[in-house]
Amino acid sequence: MNQTMTHRRNQTMTTAPHGLPRPAGPDQPGPGRPGTAGDGLPDALRAEWTKLRTVSGTAWILAGICVLTVAVGAATAAATRCGAGTGCAIDPAKVSLTGIQAGQAVVAVLAVLVISGEYSTGMIRTTFTAMPRRWMVLAAKAAVLTGLVLAAAVVAVAGSLVAGRLILAGNGITAAHGSAVVSLHGPTVRAAVGSVLYLALIGLLALGIATIVRDSAAATGAVLGILYVPPVIALFLGSEPAWQHWVERYTPTNAGLAILNTTGLRDLPISPWAGLGVLAAWAAAALLAAGVLLHLRDA
Amino acid sequence: MTATMTPYRPPEQAGRDGFAQLIHAEWTKFRTLRGWLIAVVVAAVLIAVVGVLLPRGDNQCSSGSGAACLGQVPTGPGGEAVNDSYYLAAQPLAGDGSITVRVTSLTGLIASQSGGFVGPNAPPSTMSPGLVPWAKAGIIITASTRPGAAYAAMMVTGSHGVRMQYDYTSDIAGLPGTVSAASPRWLRLTRSGEVITGYDSADGTHWTRIGTVRLAGLAGTVQAGMFAASPLDFTPNFPTYGEPGGSFSNSVAMGTFDDAVLRGGAAGGQWAGQNVGPSGANYSGPRLGFRQAGGRFTVTGSGDIGPVVAAGVNSSYDTGTLADHLFGVFIGLLIMIVIAAMFITVEYRRGLIRTTLTASPRRGRLLAAKAVVIGLVTFVLGSAAVAVAVIVGRQIAHDSGIFVLASGWPIQARVILGTGAMLAVASVLALAIGTMLRRSVAAVATVVVVIVLPYILGVSGILPATASEWVLRVTPAAAFAIEQSVPQYQQVLGHYGPPDYYPLGPWSGFAVLCGYAAIALALATWLLRRRDA
Repeated sequence: MNQTMTHRRNQTMTTAPHGLPRPAGPDQPGPGRPGTAGDGLPDALRAEWTKLRTVSGTAWILAGICVLTVAVGAATAAATRCGAGTGCAIDPAKVSLTGIQAGQAVVAVLAVLVISGEYSTGMIRTTFTAMPRRWMVLAAKAAVLTGLVLAAAVVAVAGSLVAGRLILAGNGITAAHGSAVVSLHGPTVRAAVGSVLYLALIGLLALGIATIVRDSAAATGAVLGILYVPPVIALFLGSEPAWQHWVERYTPTNAGLAILNTTGLRDLPISPWAGLGVLAAWAAAALLAAGVLLHLRDA
Repeated sequence: MTATMTPYRPPEQAGRDGFAQLIHAEWTKFRTLRGWLIAVVVAAVLIAVVGVLLPRGDNQCSSGSGAACLGQVPTGPGGEAVNDSYYLAAQPLAGDGSITVRVTSLTGLIASQSGGFVGPNAPPSTMSPGLVPWAKAGIIITASTRPGAAYAAMMVTGSHGVRMQYDYTSDIAGLPGTVSAASPRWLRLTRSGEVITGYDSADGTHWTRIGTVRLAGLAGTVQAGMFAASPLDFTPNFPTYGEPGGSFSNSVAMGTFDDAVLRGGAAGGQWAGQNVGPSGANYSGPRLGFRQAGGRFTVTGSGDIGPVVAAGVNSSYDTGTLADHLFGVFIGLLIMIVIAAMFITVEYRRGLIRTTLTASPRRGRLLAAKAVVIGLVTFVLGSAAVAVAVIVGRQIAHDSGIFVLASGWPIQARVILGTGAMLAVASVLALAIGTMLRRSVAAVATVVVVIVLPYILGVSGILPATASEWVLRVTPAAAFAIEQSVPQYQQVLGHYGPPDYYPLGPWSGFAVLCGYAAIALALATWLLRRRDA
């Protein structure tokens, strides 16, 4: 029923005489592209943006990303002291950005909701009826999600670094004591920009996995498992250095979080940008698999 | 006849709204969702399989490989693995008697860490003056010089004053302060049968009794003498990513004694020096030994007399702990708490909750029934899985020559049942959070962030040590302390961190999780009663 209606609507549109004035309305396609009514990428983007914007949870989740990231980072900075006799060899930017570990869970939740929410309500069938090119729906969802996560991440990372700088200085971890401080120099800027990109990539990875899994609760569990299990696996593989090295280099969180380091870069299992590249590869693979499955499966 | 017959009632009708029926109903809901049952069974299998498979391969040692290596590890009178290597200058003591000395100095050398050669045969040139905190020199009465023998000793230490130590694990404080020629220390041990008493004194006339110990089965003739030992120096890392722990370096200690008096020994006996234990466990250079000039004795030794602690930090033996086999618990917990949260949120999504609440209007009891079902399922499956991981994993480690510390039956039972209980209480907490939030995604994300994330932050060395200790004290992840099997010894330096050691004791850590679960359950019950479904 839905499908036939849409079909007829499309037919009417495409066969409409070009000279006729169009009734004004928010759903009107752009005047220059009468033939692509309703399924061009800009329309897909606007549709996804409208869906996400009009759900009350989105604003709360975005606020949650910022608050949780800054709060955990600030708490970690507050609990950080220079050990007696061990010097002050801490990485201040990394300590300040500890909240990324918690904030990424909220990013994952947002990403899961973007797609699983539609599956749990059956909305996905309406979406695909309106936009039969499913990969474009996924691309639009990815783009809107990335935009929102980038915006929240900029606030979260900037807030974390400012809070970390103030709190660490209050704890006596200053340049005067031979410790590095959070400042606007190369590695810190790289860590800040990289953390913002990291959160965006985590969102894309989660979107891909959630599209594959579809059920919201199972998708949340799966995504958080992929984020949080490998770091502990690496910890327990201390007696198998070859395996441990592999886990540290090629799992999404372990590799991606290398971007947080600003000191001791030579001792990292993977260099910061290469680590982010590994995460990007994971996200791309997940999205690719998701696109293929979207194409192959019934909604 | 018909008048006396009671009408037929189906047996289950009598208690249809009884608690047992409620539990039965919830169990049916749980059991008939195939995906859930598969998920919790997979969680249990992961706990067991990971715990059994992850430990290391065959241990190699000088006496062969595999289980043959276990014979190398000396064990103390209590069966625990011990370090027992020191330098001893002793005489036989037959029957009762006493040994008294004055200690006038304790100095030492520590191998330099930067670029220094650290190992059993570090060249002496890399050592520089310094005294590790638990360097020790003093007097000892020991059943024999076989490593692991029963003993009692009075000693001065690097920075912990005078101590009385006996049978490897016991440590009693005596006079504080460091020893020097200006403030010497007098030490005395008396033997009466199996009972040994330790005394110290700052002036040689006023004696204070420090402790008394009965060394069961002490032979008639024992060794009494002066000793020196110096354990590995330990410098904790400020944890960087994935690198908790610290670095170790060799050390030696030199004690100077005079006024040595042995009462009850053979007349005209001579002090004979020997290195006790496996060739000076951490250092076997040329300095070790015993010198006698007039009434003055100098004993230089290395090694330690004390318990082996986990993570192999103070021991050259390959040791493990039960926690090595419990890595899978974390993955199993992740799956179980997700299922537990869904146990209630799915009812909200499908609208089944309205049917459920119509059938059993007493909402508090409904939540209790759900808690009992999910708690029992996770406890039974979790305990069984942990039992396989611990018992089989320990046996495999044992067969490959790894000495699993503190793994007697009572400790194994506590770890198995305690870990099962932790999985159950965490699942109940997740159920309560699910009841409060009602939506699957929010509930699953919250339980993971509240229970699993703190564990990761606490154990993985992402946080500085001070911060991760607090995380493991105040969050639900404190309950992972139930997995620790090995005791901490303040008289042994080491890396006392997870996964072998936690800042809280096993049961107090578990109590933290129980507190969270109780509060969440109370809040969830209140909200369930107050809100429309």
